[in-house]
Amino acid sequence: MTELLRVEGLTAGYEDGTVVIEGISLSLGEGSTLALLGRNGVGKTTLLASIMGLTKIPDGRVTLQGRDITRRETHTRAFDGIGYVPQEREIFPSLTVEENLAVARARKGAWTLEAVYELFPRLAERRRNYGNQLSGGEQQMLAVGRALISNPVLLLLDEPFEGLAPVIVDQLAAAFDRIRNETGIATILVEHHAEIALSLAEQAIVLDRGQIVWAGDSATLLHDRAMLASLIGIDDAVAHEA
Amino acid sequence: MADLAIAPPRSSVIADAFLRHRLSWSDALIWLVGIAVYFVASEYLQLATQTVIMIIFALSLDLAIGYGGIESLGHAVFFGTGAYAAGSYALYVSSEPISGLVAGGLAAAVLGILSGLLILRVRGLTQVILTLAIATMLLQVATTAKSITGGDDGLTGYRIAPILGQFEFDLYGHTAYIYGLVILAVVFLFCRVLVNSPFGLTVRGIRDNPLRMRLLGVPVTARLLTLYTISAALAGVAGALSAQVTGLIGTDSLSFLLSGNVLIMLILGGIGRLSGAFLGATVFVVVSDRAAAIDPFNWLFVLGAMLILAVRFTPSGLTVVIDRLVARLSPGARRT
Repeated sequence: MTELLRVEGLTAGYEDGTVVIEGISLSLGEGSTLALLGRNGVGKTTLLASIMGLTKIPDGRVTLQGRDITRRETHTRAFDGIGYVPQEREIFPSLTVEENLAVARARKGAWTLEAVYELFPRLAERRRNYGNQLSGGEQQMLAVGRALISNPVLLLLDEPFEGLAPVIVDQLAAAFDRIRNETGIATILVEHHAEIALSLAEQAIVLDRGQIVWAGDSATLLHDRAMLASLIGIDDAVAHEA
Repeated sequence: MADLAIAPPRSSVIADAFLRHRLSWSDALIWLVGIAVYFVASEYLQLATQTVIMIIFALSLDLAIGYGGIESLGHAVFFGTGAYAAGSYALYVSSEPISGLVAGGLAAAVLGILSGLLILRVRGLTQVILTLAIATMLLQVATTAKSITGGDDGLTGYRIAPILGQFEFDLYGHTAYIYGLVILAVVFLFCRVLVNSPFGLTVRGIRDNPLRMRLLGVPVTARLLTLYTISAALAGVAGALSAQVTGLIGTDSLSFLLSGNVLIMLILGGIGRLSGAFLGATVFVVVSDRAAAIDPFNWLFVLGAMLILAVRFTPSGLTVVIDRLVARLSPGARRT
């Protein structure tokens, strides 16, 4: 499998000098999915933000398709092919669904307005509604659609199922499954629901205190409840079984 | 891998945007009133021309504040620059009015680029203070550079040739009013197209959430600089128009008072709606004129009271109140 993303010895934090992740190294192949797991506050979102260029990086390197993007500006990385769906969704409230999709600086590719509507028919029904008139699930679909329409090669999903009803979680999981199977988009998925994340990904990484403490096949972690519980916490494991 | 070319704008989105912001009966009413003033209130044409100029100025500020979220308390710097540029152009280059407007717009646009590079690096209160500081500096320069600006005496003595070589400016302001109205129509249509274009959508997105737009691949600072420059150019056109129809440019055209007044006009009418500039500027100019005529010493009290009442009871602007009334009368009416 051709390597798409390489992160080497990445140390990153914020402008106030706080270092959140330290010495992170990982590699992601084209079209593959990586689950990024860990307790709250261990640096999962910071790692995604660092790949997107939103943090201060004192040390380490990020390359996309062999090109060093460590010092590139955020909007340039997006145009290089990284789509980011942040935890907060951040839909533009004063724009309609269709306008929200249109504002992305789109690269040509398979993901058109029609393709997004085909993936999320609910968005097509609500295409003339404003962002602030959508439910949480619809907003998440829109956030994902907006990232897809820029035709990324790498999709960063930060807690995409958070706060959503089970039926919406199922719809989104099915959509991610389709994206993975039908397109060549690689994905890094940060998700509190470990079982869903592991079922969608081939590989998994567990972070603790800003460092990688486990890396391997998702299936291994998915079937070893004891290891999963020890890595991401007893409460989380119980929650997944519930 | 996806093609690196930028995908063409989605025509359905643009069509929808225009449909939603299509010219309505209220727009037609505005222009009908504008034309009617010429015939039924010819003794007030100079006041009406001032109103038209302020509408253009307010439209320019609405682009920056209402659509781009760029805070400014020094927008008069572009109005004054446009005015001085048009006056100097008439004095030293040509008395032809249309090219004078272009000169005013261009001079203000250049200043817009230069000041935009500075102020768009920051946001919020810092941005407001920077716009104010730049305006104050330019006002000081204009006051000091008497050989160019005439200082406190103002710039006078220039002549404006007939428009298109045909329509001479007359003492009663007939030509000036129609000229101003035509320029306003051109500026308004331009603004309408701009805010509904893909560029307009992105700057509205930037206003809502600049970081998110950056994540979507949009060069936020470059887009805001473009918008700010356009806004400055239009303010410059308003200033140039003022210089041409009044034949006098004073340093008050760069003043904080003018910057504050145009902001009040927008607040009165409604920010981020274009139509707010029409209503706000008209109400402001007419009420100011009438209040000053009735009580020359206390007329500012009336303006202050009007602003307090407007902010208290119609915080989104008078156009929103009208929209609500229209919506109540016709339940199918859509947001404009």
